[in-house]
Amino acid sequence: MAVQDNIGGSAPRTSLLNDPVFRGILYQIIVGGLVVAFFYWIIVNTAQNLAAQNKTTGFDFLFRTAGFDISFTLFPWSRTSFYWQAFLAGLLNTLLVAVIGIFFATLLGFTLGIARLSSNWLIARVATVYIETIRNIPLLLQLFFWYFAVLKAMPAVRNSFELPLDVFINQRGLMVPRPLPDGEFIWVLLAIAASVIAAIAVGIWATRERTATGRYPALVVQAAKIADAVVTFLVAALAFSLLSQFVPALASSPAIAWIAALVAAVASLTRFAPYSRAVVAFAITFVILAALLRAMFAAWPPFAIDLGAAVAGLVMGWISLEGTLRRPPSEGRFPLALLILIAVGIPALVYVVTGAQLAFELPVLERFNFRGGVQLPPELVALVFGLTIYTAAFIAENVRGGIRSVNKGQTEAAQSLGLKEGDRLRLVIVPQAMRVIVPPLTSQYLNLTKNSSLGAAIGYPELVNVFTGTTLNQTGKAIEVIALTMAVYLTFSLLTSAFMNWYNGRVAMVER
Amino acid sequence: MTMEHAYVRDSMVDARQPPRGTDGPIAWLRRSLFASPSDTLLTILGMLFLLWAVPPIYNFLIGHAVMPGGTVKECRAEGAGACWAYIYARFNFFIYGFYPIDQYWRPNIVFALGAALIVPLLMPSAPFKRINAVLFFVVFPIIAFYLLNGGVFGMRYVPTEQWGGLLVTLIISLVGIICSIPIGILLALGRQSQLPIIKTLSVMFIELWRAVPLITVLFMASIMLPLFMPTGTTVDKLLRALVGVTLFSSAYLAETVRGGLQALPRGQYEAGASLGLGYWKRTYFIILPQALKHVIPGIVNNFIALFKDTSLVSIVGIFDLLNTVQSASSDINWSSPTQAVTGYVFAAAVFWVFCFAMSRYSLWMERRLDTGHKR
Repeated sequence: MAVQDNIGGSAPRTSLLNDPVFRGILYQIIVGGLVVAFFYWIIVNTAQNLAAQNKTTGFDFLFRTAGFDISFTLFPWSRTSFYWQAFLAGLLNTLLVAVIGIFFATLLGFTLGIARLSSNWLIARVATVYIETIRNIPLLLQLFFWYFAVLKAMPAVRNSFELPLDVFINQRGLMVPRPLPDGEFIWVLLAIAASVIAAIAVGIWATRERTATGRYPALVVQAAKIADAVVTFLVAALAFSLLSQFVPALASSPAIAWIAALVAAVASLTRFAPYSRAVVAFAITFVILAALLRAMFAAWPPFAIDLGAAVAGLVMGWISLEGTLRRPPSEGRFPLALLILIAVGIPALVYVVTGAQLAFELPVLERFNFRGGVQLPPELVALVFGLTIYTAAFIAENVRGGIRSVNKGQTEAAQSLGLKEGDRLRLVIVPQAMRVIVPPLTSQYLNLTKNSSLGAAIGYPELVNVFTGTTLNQTGKAIEVIALTMAVYLTFSLLTSAFMNWYNGRVAMVER
Repeated sequence: MTMEHAYVRDSMVDARQPPRGTDGPIAWLRRSLFASPSDTLLTILGMLFLLWAVPPIYNFLIGHAVMPGGTVKECRAEGAGACWAYIYARFNFFIYGFYPIDQYWRPNIVFALGAALIVPLLMPSAPFKRINAVLFFVVFPIIAFYLLNGGVFGMRYVPTEQWGGLLVTLIISLVGIICSIPIGILLALGRQSQLPIIKTLSVMFIELWRAVPLITVLFMASIMLPLFMPTGTTVDKLLRALVGVTLFSSAYLAETVRGGLQALPRGQYEAGASLGLGYWKRTYFIILPQALKHVIPGIVNNFIALFKDTSLVSIVGIFDLLNTVQSASSDINWSSPTQAVTGYVFAAAVFWVFCFAMSRYSLWMERRLDTGHKR
């Protein structure tokens, strides 16, 4: 019973060093002291070095004249601009590339991610080869490739490639039309913002009503029918006019296409709606395929291409027919056409009513260079290309992982509820997959923004190039310049993680 | 009473058709290429795409390419494909950079030694893991440094400015990963620590380096490191890049290791404590062996990212593989329309082979380590 001797006595006395609390404090004092000493050492050294080089510190250099050129800025830039304006120009260029890159990388990445999961072996394989190739090659190498091997090898200005919509590409970059909005055009922009919000509001309201009462509001259903006809008319008119370009007999009389579109629109109000849609689907497929294949296989006889496109169009028409015949009556359908019409139609109406003008200044080839239009430098084009293609491979993997993370039972449960494929995806699979996809997606966006700093290596004037490169070289203010640059990226990063925390908190699964 | 409502079948049902074949090439084709009309359409579009994309690529890489032994005249001919003759002629430059030609045996020994040590290290079944690891992570870098740098045992001194090509790419990535593993582990432990100062310092370190692009870290290392040192000290250019890369990758590695630490059930920590082990013993004997085992695939993925990122050192003027390819592309003796593209394709192929092999290894390890303990 020797053990019991201790009962009632005080805790056994041990060395203070064995006390966890004391030890913790001691460790922290030691580590903190070492860190402080390290920084003190660095600061003293730096001060000595700077003194030896007769350099001063401080941010006053930001308000001095920069005196160098920046090849591409979003606001007027001259040699008399200040260094803080150079900082801003670089920052804006970084953001420009990031926004464009994020947009395209998301599109391409989602397409590839879904394609990789496709049950179609060929499509899945093509996507896999793309992803596995691109992921395993350094981004910088890819940027060099796009810049030095592709864009710099483009033809000289006089032999520019002409792309659709008056866009030209040559050694000096991409020439695109410059929009010239007049004073009234601001109303159209406001109308676009307002009508998009209105469309979303109508969509939410209609969905809520349906959730509460079991059917969409009668007003929405009626409006949706009319909207359906209008949208059908517009789409059909476009598709048929393009289609008539392929048929020499019809090309000269555009009225026929419009009349046909009117017939399709009227038919879409009757019980023949599925057939009208099938015809429109045929026209769209044929037009796109025929144009694409003619561009891809210039050596093939156009007749064979048209025939192939026509067969594909018939298949698409048939698929559309099958799908439309089986869809629920219009009372049970989401009024998508109505929302589109609201979002597009109101701004169009405002455009006509206010008499606003949106002219385009087209790039025109003069003797030595293009005049007019906007000239996007090859550095920007190469950077957007490289970032998009590289990041899309990673986004595709996130999308694939997200979709696969949704339990198979969820699909089966949705099936057993009788949901159709589209509703199954929209209501059950995608919301759950997004919970998994969004956090890594945001960090891919952040990575893209950080990777845009590689533009410095191909001469795109983004933040690192303008500021950490030229400005640092000219002023010699290494510490200030690098600290500012890092602060910018740190801010991006903190904003992103703030968003991610907010999103994770919002969508976190409520577990028992 | 309900019998008259019941339906009772009194005749045999007709035999059903046997199911269509679910095996064999035709069934496979039907299932995976022509399952539905839209699937068929997709397949045909995909084939058209391949028909459009593959022949030009094949012609460039093989069909119309100038093979080793060819001349620059052939490369300059109209419609010539990749100029492999140029790669063959400059191959040594891409591998060794400006390393003296008569000293190539030294990097060769380093390559051979590294390969001989890393292969058994990566094979889970190979014996002597502990000795092997010590040899690779500690002894090998020292030997490699003296072999490459020279100045001892009568070997000629070769300054780091002359190192280059794939050699430097491998050096930077290996040193980066070897140095960042211990730092990363300490940072991960620090981030999980109960001690507020240590935790804050670790979080700040990790988040700072993870937030900024590597290129700014390299700029910082190459411009500010000399400022931080006592007046008069010079820091080797390669060493500056190594410091930058190590700082950067240790922050990423710390996050990977943290994943492993967090995946460990709490019971393991408590079991260690109940055995009366202190923090370090518990961490060393119980926590880390399990946590690190689980993050081996993650560490390999970090290594892949680091390996690709080493190409950025070319921006601060170090002659890694990408930089040698880039600077050789202005070689007048081999100037031809396809010279630059050929160089990039070669460099891409080298990077791809390394990265793809590592990613397959990481996948294989992941499957091997997945012993069904997932919760």
